[in-house]
Amino acid sequence: MVLASEITPTVELIGITKAYPGVVANSDIHLTLLPGEVHSLLGENGAGKSTLIGILSGMVQPDAGEIRINGKTVRIHSPRDALERGIGTVYQHSLLVPTLTVLDNLLLGVDQGWKLGREMAMARLHELATLLDVEIDPSSIVGDLALGQRQQVEIVRALWRGEGVLILDEPTSMLTPQGAEKLVQVVRRLVSKGLAVVFITHKLSEALDLGDRVTVLRRGKIVGEVTPDELHNKSRLQVTDEVLKMIFGEKSDASQGTSATQLSDTAGETFRVDHVSVKGDGPHPVLDEVSFALKRGEILGIAGIDGNGQKELAEVLAGQRRVDNGEIILEDLSIQHLSIAARQAKGLRYVTDDRHGEGMVGPLSIALNVVLKRVGEAPFWRWSFVRHGAIREFARKLINDHDVRTPHEEVAISTLSGGNMQKVILARELALAPQVVVYNKPTYGLDARTTAIVLARIADQARAGVTTVFISTELSEIVAICHRVAVMYRGQLSEPISVRPGIELQLGALMTGSTAV
Amino acid sequence: MNGLFSELFISSLVSGGVIAGIPLIYAGLGEAISERAGVLNVGLEGMMLGGAYGGFVGALHFQSTWFGLMCGGLTGMVISLLMVVLCVRLNSNQIVVGIAITLGAEGVTALLHGAIYGDSYPRVPTAHPYAIPLLSEIPIIGPGFFNHHVSAYFAVACVFFVSWVLKSTGIGLSIKAAGDQPHALEAAGGGVHRTRTIAVLSTGLLAGLGGAFIVLVGAGLFVPFVTNGKGFIAIVLAMLVRGRVKWIIVASVLFGMSLSLTTALQLAGVDVPIDLVLMLPFVLIIVVLFAFGRRSYLPAALALPYDREQR
Ligand SMILES: Nc1ncnc2c1ncn2[C@@H]1O[C@H](COP(=O)(O)OP(=O)(O)OP(=O)(O)O)[C@@H](O)[C@H]1O
Ligand SMILES: [Mg+2]
Repeated sequence: MVLASEITPTVELIGITKAYPGVVANSDIHLTLLPGEVHSLLGENGAGKSTLIGILSGMVQPDAGEIRINGKTVRIHSPRDALERGIGTVYQHSLLVPTLTVLDNLLLGVDQGWKLGREMAMARLHELATLLDVEIDPSSIVGDLALGQRQQVEIVRALWRGEGVLILDEPTSMLTPQGAEKLVQVVRRLVSKGLAVVFITHKLSEALDLGDRVTVLRRGKIVGEVTPDELHNKSRLQVTDEVLKMIFGEKSDASQGTSATQLSDTAGETFRVDHVSVKGDGPHPVLDEVSFALKRGEILGIAGIDGNGQKELAEVLAGQRRVDNGEIILEDLSIQHLSIAARQAKGLRYVTDDRHGEGMVGPLSIALNVVLKRVGEAPFWRWSFVRHGAIREFARKLINDHDVRTPHEEVAISTLSGGNMQKVILARELALAPQVVVYNKPTYGLDARTTAIVLARIADQARAGVTTVFISTELSEIVAICHRVAVMYRGQLSEPISVRPGIELQLGALMTGSTAV
Repeated sequence: MNGLFSELFISSLVSGGVIAGIPLIYAGLGEAISERAGVLNVGLEGMMLGGAYGGFVGALHFQSTWFGLMCGGLTGMVISLLMVVLCVRLNSNQIVVGIAITLGAEGVTALLHGAIYGDSYPRVPTAHPYAIPLLSEIPIIGPGFFNHHVSAYFAVACVFFVSWVLKSTGIGLSIKAAGDQPHALEAAGGGVHRTRTIAVLSTGLLAGLGGAFIVLVGAGLFVPFVTNGKGFIAIVLAMLVRGRVKWIIVASVLFGMSLSLTTALQLAGVDVPIDLVLMLPFVLIIVVLFAFGRRSYLPAALALPYDREQR
């Protein structure tokens, strides 16, 4: 066996520092990536992980520090520099051109010559899709894809040229357990070929399973490391405990439990979806006769592999997409013909999974973003005048309650870390008292502690009588807070079943279609 | 009313429409390229005017239409360099810079023309038309469409070329990405600034050619403000065709016809107040905007400066 110190590291980051107004995102960071090793990078929302890998991928210029690649000091001025040095990145937020096809997105920036080599690209795509074991239609427009599918495209793109280093910034947050498992296999294969991989995740078990080495960031500083030896020799429980302490500080309460409360038998039916179908462009309907009925205060989990119609269902419920057939009934009232705004007025809310795109206006302040859906409402407006004081106070309260990491409420929301943006948008929705809420992957991108807070809030809301549709690919979350669960598979929704221990296996079978729906 | 359907009226309408439409094709195509790359080029009128003057000087100096066109294109490109430096590199406001370019070009060309040529209004060498065999022999409309200076056919060729570039080349993809999601272009290893620079320079070149065409093939001489708002019409056309550049040809010739209606009506002996007819293209623009404006396609990052670290 060779000692680590004898191998030339693929990448060395030395004394990296980057400050933004009001926050030091990275402070004197030292990080070493070795060939054939997966380096897990952990840290709570806003710890500085994305900034650090942004510096390595050329998206962000550091204030100070040195980067060495294969022992040589280099300057990375742009993502192009990084790509040419074999550093491929899957960014936290989708960085694909929504108006172009999958294939054109993959060709973008690669082929600066005259004629595009579309045939060769097809072959390469096929090769990588086989390696990843995913199905990607090269001619579909990226904007039409579900987020999970987009992420698959991005992984393909990162591998397209990435032969030295592969950086994955929360790649599994939008994948199903099966998809994540697949990714793990792919990463293992790549690592065995000598690649160095940086793996950022909020799921501790993944980080420890896949990582050969773990580094933890907190508030821009490295607060701890787990070496391969330690990973080998200590028990999983011990390591988990230590790492959690590193991530959240000494007093960690990340593993607090939440569970669904008993539904009262007298609760009346509030929300019913009756044989709803949506045709879509393809030969198969996007939604095929979807039906379910919910009592007041009930939480229905909708599980399924991404891209089986969950997003479409959510959009249909919210009014963003037209129903071709069927009925949606809220409190004895047909609402399928009502506009988005009219449904909101009736107390129906939708928390989209594309919070980066649909949920916020990037250049506006956090304060304005939290009242975005309440323009004209008291106490934020009075006699059609804005009351900035009230808005700021409300924003400060949300920031406090949800532990949003930001200098203050007046900064542009786009400067927040990915997870902190999610927190703001969720806080905004959770502050309302709706009749029915539809959540699409509400905990995507959140660290363990915030996930627990959010799940608890959703359960609290339900207890107070809010009816909830909870779409998620995380079975553990569904099992934790839902009363009943149904599975989406190819546009069809299975019969909802009551959540009970050990239900995961049954759900898994439904999700892959191995049982007739 | 017999005048309106006479052969003379139709053929002069068509031929005048093409002559007036070709500059719109050049400039509209240029604008379409910039817009797809995310740069709203309001300086188009100024670039056309610069090209008109540069082309005029060049043609007089070299006594050649072709050299004149080249000089016109180059002048347009040089002016667009200003836009590249200020808007693409230094992230200034695109609208403000565009207006400044237009106003500046109007002033400078009028001043230079007055100072150098005074009231002599010299004429440039005649641009000889080339009749396309067979096609130009089609009765009534044949000569109108197919008997023009070669640079008119070249404009159409440019449209097809650009359409191909946008669809099938690396730079074409980069241009579309720079307008729709510039961060994605950078993440893929492309350069937003580089792409937008290429796009804006092409716009300058094409607008310059369009301006030079007005003087060298259309009017035969330079007068101040000779472009007469064509740059702005071209901006609207570029937005209306929603990124499908081939439609620029049709739209431009239609607008060209409405522009040339005055002459055609006079030739046909129909008496309509001139001011009314001169208004027509602009009325048409407003009508078209009412009808299709809401469907106009604009790239997501249009007119937004790009900063890599500002996510
Ligand atoms: N462009 C920017 N302008 C201002 N502040 C920024 C900018 N980018 C990042 N920050 C700040 O830097 C800090 C670190 O952000 P970063 O995105 O690196 O966090 P992260 O560890 O990736 O978090 P998450 O898990 O939520 O994605 C945050 O406080 C964020 O607000
Ligand atoms: Mg991040």
